[in-house]
Amino acid sequence: MAIGAQPLGPGGRAGVAAALAVPALIAVTAGAVLWQAGPGRGLSPADWSAVRFTLWQAAVSAVLSIGLAVPLARALARRRFRGRALLVTLLGAPFLLPTIVAVFGLVAVFGRSGALNAVLGWLGLPEVTIYGAHGVILAHVFYNLPLATRLILQGWAAIPAERFRLAATLGMDAAAVNRHLERPMLMRVVPGAALLVFVICTTSFAIALTLGGGPRATTVELAIYQALRFDFDLTRAAVLSLVQLAITGVAALLALRWVGETGIGAGLDRPVRRFDARGPGLRLLDGAVIMLATLFLVLPMVAVALRGLPAFIDLPASVWTALLRSLAVAAASTALVVAGVLAISLAVVRLGRRGHVLEGAALLAVAASPLVIGTGLFIIVHPFVDPGRLALPVTALVNAVMTMPFALRAVIPATQAAEAEFGRLADSVGLAGWTRLRLLVLPRISRPLGFAAGLAAALSMGDLGVIALFADPETATLPLQVYRLMGAYRMDDAAAAALLLLVVTLALFRAFDRGGRGHVEV
Amino acid sequence: MLRFDRVEIRQGDFMLRANFSVAPGAITAVVGPSGSGKSTLLGAAAGFIPLAAGRVLVGDRDVTTLPPGERPVSVVFQDGNLFPHLDIATNVALGLHPSGRLTRERRTAVEGALARVGLEGFGGRRPSELSGGQQSRAALARALLRERPVVLLDEPFAALGPALRAGMLALVAEVFADRTVIIVTHAPEDARAVAAETIFVDGGLAAKPVPTDALFDDPPPALKDYLG
Repeated sequence: MAIGAQPLGPGGRAGVAAALAVPALIAVTAGAVLWQAGPGRGLSPADWSAVRFTLWQAAVSAVLSIGLAVPLARALARRRFRGRALLVTLLGAPFLLPTIVAVFGLVAVFGRSGALNAVLGWLGLPEVTIYGAHGVILAHVFYNLPLATRLILQGWAAIPAERFRLAATLGMDAAAVNRHLERPMLMRVVPGAALLVFVICTTSFAIALTLGGGPRATTVELAIYQALRFDFDLTRAAVLSLVQLAITGVAALLALRWVGETGIGAGLDRPVRRFDARGPGLRLLDGAVIMLATLFLVLPMVAVALRGLPAFIDLPASVWTALLRSLAVAAASTALVVAGVLAISLAVVRLGRRGHVLEGAALLAVAASPLVIGTGLFIIVHPFVDPGRLALPVTALVNAVMTMPFALRAVIPATQAAEAEFGRLADSVGLAGWTRLRLLVLPRISRPLGFAAGLAAALSMGDLGVIALFADPETATLPLQVYRLMGAYRMDDAAAAALLLLVVTLALFRAFDRGGRGHVEV
Repeated sequence: MLRFDRVEIRQGDFMLRANFSVAPGAITAVVGPSGSGKSTLLGAAAGFIPLAAGRVLVGDRDVTTLPPGERPVSVVFQDGNLFPHLDIATNVALGLHPSGRLTRERRTAVEGALARVGLEGFGGRRPSELSGGQQSRAALARALLRERPVVLLDEPFAALGPALRAGMLALVAEVFADRTVIIVTHAPEDARAVAAETIFVDGGLAAKPVPTDALFDDPPPALKDYLG
């Protein structure tokens, strides 16, 4: 340990500023919303039904996601098979998957002319439609089943292997193992996972935008968007934003008490050797669960690829310009995240104990709704500039803020470890300032920093939130362009553009993530 | 050369006092039971541990408030002396300049230092590719290049076998011939081998250095207990 806290230095001061900028942005935009809402304007019946739908669909999505995730996690925890590691990795992918790509895939499978209806029609059954409340819930389960599975699988991985060995020597069958080992773990893990899914579903705008709508399937965020874009009713947008702030704020506070991990990037590929659950019935059950879940998660992506590939050759020029815009936004967002996360990490480490306050301030963004921040910014800027002209910078900024909590979770511990392990040595040879950053900190944190950069690029690339609020017809990013092509029923072009978006997003993540692993020597 | 002037160090309930000078240009050993404060004494000299009272002087210069990197002092720890993500040449070059950048001039100096500690041609390797003894040699090479008048060695060879340790001590005596060296050790034979004088630390007091052979030939009661 170095004596005393280190001096903050210019990098550290920038970190303090960056960490405080996050709550400042949230507070300023919330203030603008509050000011615009003014007193005395209540909620209309339509607004109330949006509130009810938001809470209801989030609750149903959470229950379904968890209800399906438990058997899937249990099957993955007690079976070893070829491709298991790949499947577990794949379960982390939806986090990076642009929403519009997932929606397109789901429409291709479950939509009117999709594969499911083809099968149903062949069987003489009535066809199903994906638009409406159940479509929103289906998409939410598609997104959150993998997340919930990873969270619960972590719970299984946290049960020491010796316990299962002990259970085997005592001759416990699957039911006994469940009662003595698994159920207590689930009681601990499931509430947090369910709350996290609930919170995510209360703020998922793009899915409601593409699959929901109408009086029966409008979320609060979608109502904000409609008030702003269609009615230009700033006051109603502001009132709804306050409602949304209250919903996410309360839900996030509840979730924070349970959730420590986001379930991404953790090592879950070591199955424990199990001796219970060897009966053929249970093996069949687990096999079926794994098979069905894999199909559910993979088929939509296959559909995007199959439908998109043929149209790939003559993509309209508007798609390529949209790609360039998206790349610019992603680059700016990534640069902001890397600079911000680096500065904040240094400041947190240098402040020692007091650094936790700073970390907490920056993590606040978890509870923020990008659409509410966007609404606040819209209210602030529109008297002075055409919001459409600011669409790209605002999108990059909000994307960066929303990525910050995940990036900090990855980078701060590594920075602390680097200083704890090698700080004394660095002090003894007089490493300070930029040299210390270059020779000690950066090499030690390159892996999580690369991961954070990849995350920032991928999330920004696929974002369909604030951009929808601000964009005019000329400034579409790639996800917005896909959405517009879908809206115009140009499905082949939409498929090809969605495929392009998917490939570029995953390639960006991989490039940054790999880049960080390049010269690791631990 | 190195002087502890009525030094007091407090860490919770623990307290250590020291008030003496160390012979310049010679090797002085520090022995004592574990937990007695041997490393604390070195930490205070190196600048890692603040003093509750007193001063640390190098020559005539009061270094009490200087941060570790600015003291005219080099430190070699028991382990963790090398950055695992930097190659040996860069690790050693940090002794010349904290930027670690290798100009042609510096590269020559680094190669010379590596040759003196018996590590010719190891500059391009990573610490993980070296044995424990070789890592210690690399740390000595860096201390050699730093050209600070005082060298503090905190049980640097404790993890090495007896023969290797004797060789390393001989190397220390050879390459730091003109510097003031303090070495913490728990092996009396190490102290006898290289240190003209020895500091015995026990019961909250770092005693004034006394001739090593005399100390071990006729140990005071506390040292007798420690030696067993």
